[in-house]
Amino acid sequence: MRTTETHEAGLIARVLAGEKELFHELIRPYERMVYLTLFSIVKNEAEAEDGAQQTVISAYRHLASFRGDAKFSTWLTTIAINEGRKRLRKAKGAAEESLEEQAASHEGDFTPAPLTDWREIPLEALERKELREALRVAVAELPGIYRQVFALRDLEELSVEETAQALGINPGAVKVRLHRARIMLQKRLVPFLKTTAPARRGFFRRAP
Amino acid sequence: MKLNCKHVWEHISEYIDDTVDAKLREDIERHLEHCEICSAILDSTRNILVLTADDRTFELPVGYSERLHERLAKEMENSEKDSTKE
Repeated sequence: MRTTETHEAGLIARVLAGEKELFHELIRPYERMVYLTLFSIVKNEAEAEDGAQQTVISAYRHLASFRGDAKFSTWLTTIAINEGRKRLRKAKGAAEESLEEQAASHEGDFTPAPLTDWREIPLEALERKELREALRVAVAELPGIYRQVFALRDLEELSVEETAQALGINPGAVKVRLHRARIMLQKRLVPFLKTTAPARRGFFRRAP
Repeated sequence: MKLNCKHVWEHISEYIDDTVDAKLREDIERHLEHCEICSAILDSTRNILVLTADDRTFELPVGYSERLHERLAKEMENSEKDSTKE
């Protein structure tokens, strides 16, 4: 939103002019986003938190290099992604990481799972803790290249363009990976949804 | 054009994001009107996205924000010391 950007530009100028305490205020709206970005890459709470702190410190140190041609949130996300990747390389070794990416790009079947005896998830099913847990696990188990796009688009609600910019890939690749991620999640969660959704009476019911 | 289910699945993500063109949207909607399977797939995928965006699904560690600002404050203090040293 324009007003957010104007407000941020004002804060950034003041931080750079010496009112550094205002940096706390500048990053506050993005704390969650920074953590989730790190978590989507490193998949470990402690590591994600430490990486998030490092990201914010890096952003503070390099604030003068922020040019304002991208949004502040995208710039911050890029730093978070780099921090996450650095940690991942350290933890796993680069060879293993690239293997995962290769495997991911060849993995084949991206068709959703049909739900034959099912109408609509009732809202109360979405309130169930187990469903949230199942979704967390399913997201964590997505191959890295899909998980990162999914996290930026659907969890942090960045646009396709912003996601492409932050990950250094083209918008077409963002769309393809997002589609596959969503379908993989749908497939993983369908068995779970089936058991939570009671049959709805009469509504669009087809003869057996 | 009459779409089959597979076509609809291929565009389901773009349909959710509302980035399909008007003609395709219309074809998809016509298909959804009579296809329960695709309607269920669409609903379930949408619901997963609703659940994903819900703050309670992906929670932050307790005390995360406090620790973050504490560390940042420390960093600010240290950088000030460094700059006064020079």
